[in-house]
Amino acid sequence: MKARIHKFEQNGTYILLDINSGAVHVIDKMIYEMMDTFDGTNDEAVLSALEGKYPQADLKEALEELHELMAAGELFAPDINVPPTFKQTGLVKSICLMIAQDCNLRCKYCFGDGGSYGQERAIMTPEVGKKAVDYLIKASGPRKHLEMDFFGGEPLMNMKTVKAVTEYARQREKETGKKFKLTMTTNGILLNDENIKWLNDNDFALVLSLDGRKEVHDAMRPLAGGQGSYDRAIANFKKCLASRKGGDYDYRGVYTYLRGTYTKNNMDFTKDVLSMNDEGFDILSMEPVVLKDNPLGFTEEDLPRIREEYDRLTEAYMKRHREGKGFFFFHFNMDLSNGPCVAKRLSGCGAGHEYVAVAENGDLYPCHQFVGREKYKIGTVDTGITDKETSQYFRESHVLNKEKCSDCWSRFFCSGGCHANADLFHGDIRKPYEVGCEIQKKRLECAIYVQALLALEKMDDDSDK
Amino acid sequence: MKHIKTVNKPKMQATLKTGGCGECQASCQSACKTSCTVGNQVCEK
Repeated sequence: MKARIHKFEQNGTYILLDINSGAVHVIDKMIYEMMDTFDGTNDEAVLSALEGKYPQADLKEALEELHELMAAGELFAPDINVPPTFKQTGLVKSICLMIAQDCNLRCKYCFGDGGSYGQERAIMTPEVGKKAVDYLIKASGPRKHLEMDFFGGEPLMNMKTVKAVTEYARQREKETGKKFKLTMTTNGILLNDENIKWLNDNDFALVLSLDGRKEVHDAMRPLAGGQGSYDRAIANFKKCLASRKGGDYDYRGVYTYLRGTYTKNNMDFTKDVLSMNDEGFDILSMEPVVLKDNPLGFTEEDLPRIREEYDRLTEAYMKRHREGKGFFFFHFNMDLSNGPCVAKRLSGCGAGHEYVAVAENGDLYPCHQFVGREKYKIGTVDTGITDKETSQYFRESHVLNKEKCSDCWSRFFCSGGCHANADLFHGDIRKPYEVGCEIQKKRLECAIYVQALLALEKMDDDSDK
Repeated sequence: MKHIKTVNKPKMQATLKTGGCGECQASCQSACKTSCTVGNQVCEK
């Protein structure tokens, strides 16, 4: 039978998630224990299982409350199958442009082989970039909101194409009524005053790569010549952030994210997140490295330590929040009431059917991480997606079609994990990368806990008014 | 309730009929380029 509830304890708070409705209940320890037995139909079994441990009157009162939740559709909500709102085929609405398959850093964990993706170092021409814009407009059909991420390698190494493509996209917006949201992911080395002004003037959301503490960053992200890159990166990032203060650069709009990667060398990554915050950044992300057979990567043996660190990060996050110095942490941001629809939860990242990467030469891949994995080349900017079978396989590789996901409690939150990671570890996008799953589940518990505490605080504030 | 505090008003079941407009952001496109979780997203409607 599919799991219908998930319960966990986080720092003394007991939480019950109803998987198929998304309801989150903060419960007492008695209910936490009752849920080991209760299935909605067996009150007597619950009473006898906990007889002598809790007063019968209390147990009966709690059972009444549980039945109230069931009547409200917030406990044991019915199983979710693929709804008609999940269209049979996807519409591409988002592309990642490999503006430069070259980089001025040599990060030790790079999934793109120092930017080249196992191919020759090369940059995208304005012509290929413009064709990508036209491809996206055509492929997106009636969808209005489109996204382009200028990625690499290091995209600032090819500003000529970035500028030409942006100008063209803005022109095509006017002609087609489409709306492009533009993002750039950069290591910051070339983020000078001129580039900053241009990116601001053109409403770019920015994802800035920094790994936290200087010694951690420098050890992992050296320049091509081997020297550390922290000092240059952080100086440019600070300048960039300062230039954006007071503008419309919020989380849901044109955001400025500082994102990092942690490896086996910094499993105390809470210190790195706090270091980023101490440097003045308050929209943050920090993710585990994904590497196979590499001393920097993680194995199952590392999981207890990683879980412990997320507990530490959670408490540090709440502490700063309570002190009025809170920050956004990407993986703890979760809108428990207004989250994505079921169709979106099945589409997940959309790789291969709603999202594609455009290699510097115009070849299409399911996402940026697949660039260079030749069997995954699915078309070109000239032809569009020609390997429709692979595209459809990605579309249908959602959580309800993956053996390990269909019964997992986190299936409607994680979207089934990263296809590229599944392919890397198992050669099959339907076999998720287990260590990634375990880290994801821990992060989700922390996120649900954080959001539950914030909601309770708000309820208390409202009742005081 | 005495033993339970429900902290959200979930709409997931309702979206079985109403969702799928597709105007929301691609999940791997935002702050993470290595994890594609959807739980952190909001509905754009």
